[in-house]
Amino acid sequence: MTSERVAASGGNAPALSVHGLGKRFGDRVAFEDVSFEIGYGEVFGFLGPNGAGKTTTVRTLGTLLAPTSGSATVAGIPLAPENGVEIRRRISIMPESPGLYLRLSVTENLQCFADLYEAPGPADRIDRALRAVNLADRAHDACGTLSKGLRQRVALARALLSDPEVLFLDEPTSGLDPAAARGVHELIDELRQGGVTIFLTTHRLEEAERLCDRVAILNTTLRTIGRPDELRDRLFARTLTVRTLVPLPEPGRVFAGLLAVDGWHQDGPAAYILAVSDPAEAAPAATRALVAAGADVLSIGESRHSLEDVYLELIHEDEEARRR
Amino acid sequence: MSVSRRRVRAIYRKELREYRRKPTIVTGMAILPLIFLIQPLVTVFTLPASAASQLADQNELLYLLGIPALVPAALAAYSVVGERLQGTLEPVLTTPVRREEFLLGKALASFVPSMAISYAVCALFLACVELFAHAAVASALVRGPDLLALLIFTPLLAGWSIWVGMAISTRSSEVRVAQQLGMLANLPSVAVTTLIAINVIHPSLVFALGGAAVLLLLNRLGWRITSATFDRERLITGTR
Repeated sequence: MTSERVAASGGNAPALSVHGLGKRFGDRVAFEDVSFEIGYGEVFGFLGPNGAGKTTTVRTLGTLLAPTSGSATVAGIPLAPENGVEIRRRISIMPESPGLYLRLSVTENLQCFADLYEAPGPADRIDRALRAVNLADRAHDACGTLSKGLRQRVALARALLSDPEVLFLDEPTSGLDPAAARGVHELIDELRQGGVTIFLTTHRLEEAERLCDRVAILNTTLRTIGRPDELRDRLFARTLTVRTLVPLPEPGRVFAGLLAVDGWHQDGPAAYILAVSDPAEAAPAATRALVAAGADVLSIGESRHSLEDVYLELIHEDEEARRR
Repeated sequence: MSVSRRRVRAIYRKELREYRRKPTIVTGMAILPLIFLIQPLVTVFTLPASAASQLADQNELLYLLGIPALVPAALAAYSVVGERLQGTLEPVLTTPVRREEFLLGKALASFVPSMAISYAVCALFLACVELFAHAAVASALVRGPDLLALLIFTPLLAGWSIWVGMAISTRSSEVRVAQQLGMLANLPSVAVTTLIAINVIHPSLVFALGGAAVLLLLNRLGWRITSATFDRERLITGTR
């Protein structure tokens, strides 16, 4: 975290602090009872299916919508109508749709926004923002002539102009080719190192897993929150997968009573899944037992559940609950 | 509440740049007033010198006050709903811009070209009259008090037309509907100026001062109403 941001953050105060926040549109609940805290310099992933309330949450925290319940502090400022301007001065939101003035050039678009933020030294900032998204050579092109991916990059440059403390990115890599998406990922890493808090809304779970310190899964209510590995451990039992050349004649005798092994089941003719409490202890013990039993071991390794598995499991649970 | 000039200027400048890139916006605005000119010009050109005494009792020139009442309406009616529909409103509203600053920038961007067009059309009319009408008709038609009234009432009528158009624009979800309603809402102003021009309503100094005061008041009221109807939440989500 840079020294200025530490000062701005008021020491250890979180960049975002949300308590029981909710938003209704008449009878329809967009999201409710959402609580979390995000520290300065943290990259926080906000995941959820379409219509889960992610964009509405971002708009509420960005003071575009008034919450119907709960409270929040954004960049150290309480979320209240009278603080709207001050909050918006400290944050930046990149909406899912770039929303550029297509008849104006890239620079003219950025100039307008630099002035709206009353940014000092706008020319330098525009230049820096364009270089950050690798668009310096297209500065004078009309936005209407740019591809969808390039427009997305202009929108990202626009979000960087104000040097925000908290940056809300709604699907920042949507429509980008893999190389451009990687560029955005590198930029997010750089911003994190500069102490910028990033609130990343995305459908790309591998992106969230790679970039985010913590993730939250929202499906109208907050379903879970934590580090990606924490969520995996919380939701799925830790397991070892053992493969042998031929099926074991008596697998029960081999796996019973092994250190850190809580149970086992067969997963194919010569594959076995061991439920373990600690893979680091269980793997050597299982290997020794298999060798002692004369088994030809092909592989033994910890089964990895991805963030996608966590996500799908939680959303599936919600669908099941709704059906019941 | 302090209004940031830089933010107002940012909105205003952005609008002017858009007009420059699409000149049909402004040329479209000028077509209606030019059509407006045809009838009075034809009348004036065909008047014999003997008609000058008759004209002395009328205020034909004030007919041109219909131009500032109508010209800015379409542009102002587009200003908010247009941005909303092209998806550019949300990014602007995520910045620290206050609604008053946004609306002032937009209003100014409608006001400046409208004034330029209104005065240019008036100047064209006067030039045509001086050049092609009988000298007696021209001197009966172009009178100091009427010119003063044109000068003073043009910005007042344009301002009122802009606030009405923008208030409609903040509540509309369709550009064409907003523009039609904007034009319709300004017809009473055109009707009043026409009634004055054809001498159904007899203007006097007191009437002019009263009219100016009412228009000033209406401009202030229009500004207040437009600010009040500008609801970020409804504009973003389309609900409430």
